[in-house]
Amino acid sequence: MNTLNIDIKSKAFTTADKHTVTVIEDLQFKLSNNEFVCIIGPSGCGKTSLLNIIAGLDKRFSGSVSLSEAGTQFKTSYIFQNPRLLPWRTVLENIQLASNEQANNDTKIIQLLQRLGLADSLNSYPHHLSLGMQRRVALARGFYRESDILLMDEPLVSLDPPTARKARTLLIELWQQQARNVLFVTHDLDEAIELADRLIFISSSPSHVVADIKVDIARGERSAKNIEQFKQQLSSQRTDIAHLM
Amino acid sequence: MMNTTPRLPFLQPLLSLSLLIIIWQVLASTLNTVVLPSPLLVFDALIAALSSGELQHHLGITLYRLAISFFIAMLLGTAIGVALGRHQKTNAFFDSWLVILLNIPALVTIILCYIWFGLIETAAIFAVVVNKLPNVIVTIREGARNLDEELLEMAEAYQFGPLKTLSQVILPQLYPYIMASARTGLALIWKIVLVVELLGRSDGMGYQIHLFFQLFDITSIMAYTVSFIIIIQLIEMMVLQPLDKKSQRWK
Repeated sequence: MNTLNIDIKSKAFTTADKHTVTVIEDLQFKLSNNEFVCIIGPSGCGKTSLLNIIAGLDKRFSGSVSLSEAGTQFKTSYIFQNPRLLPWRTVLENIQLASNEQANNDTKIIQLLQRLGLADSLNSYPHHLSLGMQRRVALARGFYRESDILLMDEPLVSLDPPTARKARTLLIELWQQQARNVLFVTHDLDEAIELADRLIFISSSPSHVVADIKVDIARGERSAKNIEQFKQQLSSQRTDIAHLM
Repeated sequence: MMNTTPRLPFLQPLLSLSLLIIIWQVLASTLNTVVLPSPLLVFDALIAALSSGELQHHLGITLYRLAISFFIAMLLGTAIGVALGRHQKTNAFFDSWLVILLNIPALVTIILCYIWFGLIETAAIFAVVVNKLPNVIVTIREGARNLDEELLEMAEAYQFGPLKTLSQVILPQLYPYIMASARTGLALIWKIVLVVELLGRSDGMGYQIHLFFQLFDITSIMAYTVSFIIIIQLIEMMVLQPLDKKSQRWK
């Protein structure tokens, strides 16, 4: 089984006035068996720093991120807060470019885009799409690429509630079809409970893991009522993390 | 913005050019002097030079020098410009070199190149490249500084690799800067090529114009100039403008 080990001893940066700020300290957790894990923490606690470290964008930290079986090299997909599509490439080209396969399977991309309601926008340029559509393209790009881990940095923030709800359903559908480890950063606990197998609560900076909680509601039964009940149960049992909820 | 494009796209430039030729004709006939030949005389000289084959020969050689030095300067300039724009420390170190290069008069580099390397083709090309290179570097460096960091991160997260990042992420963003320096480059380089030819070559437009100057043949000087202006206009219309259109289609 491929387990992703995340063990960050410390991540610090120097501010403009020469102060050293530690954002992450002794943060460890594991991801395996194609889990969907949500990271919850106060704003400014270094969640994006964490994702950047895992994605290999930030190499200035002490510690390690590694996959148990394949050594240190593993493939990531990263869905950012902004869509970050190449404006000079069409929807189809954007998705093709991000996958590392030599021969792209266009039928597979088209099927994926159809599911996301983008069948008519295959050859459109991102500028001609709404933000919501661009986000769905970014989602398709992240899922089409075969990766060991899919990182998501609040990809649904600032979408209106009905669109966000639809996007969550889609996200879970895609993930169930193309199972893989997912690390989803959010500050919305309801969203996290609806999506995750496990919730990881992170303290404010210098951040570390304060709670690792399994969401034991069956996937078909995550209604607003059940989510609310789970939340109340959690806050009564774990008073230590009440301030993070 | 108001749409001011006329219905016939060629009508306006055609009218404006005709007006220029009419002014030239009127001036030439009122002044009636050998130093300002009329457009008709220049046209005759142009035909004569064409039929003797001399114009094609010298024009061809000048265009050849122009093309080689243009591509060398653009390639080197883009590479150095990207390197300086992306690495602040390297840029801080080499910035003064760039300022010096930018401020050495073209004539000085040309003469120095001829003295150091001799009156040879390589010296001529090298002198032109050295004159154009700093301009390309400065323009491309500005573009490289303004690259979208978010897209670069995306390329890294999706493991694009250096080649794909360059061709799919960096170069499309540098495109307007490359086009700008190609345009100014063309104008600058052909002027310098002529001086280089005048000072140390025995063929090309610069050499011919120097010869006509000594013979006081102003009609031929103007005929050669007109032919060159036509060529540059053709390059602009047939190469640069279509390239612009093609790359802007996503906007």
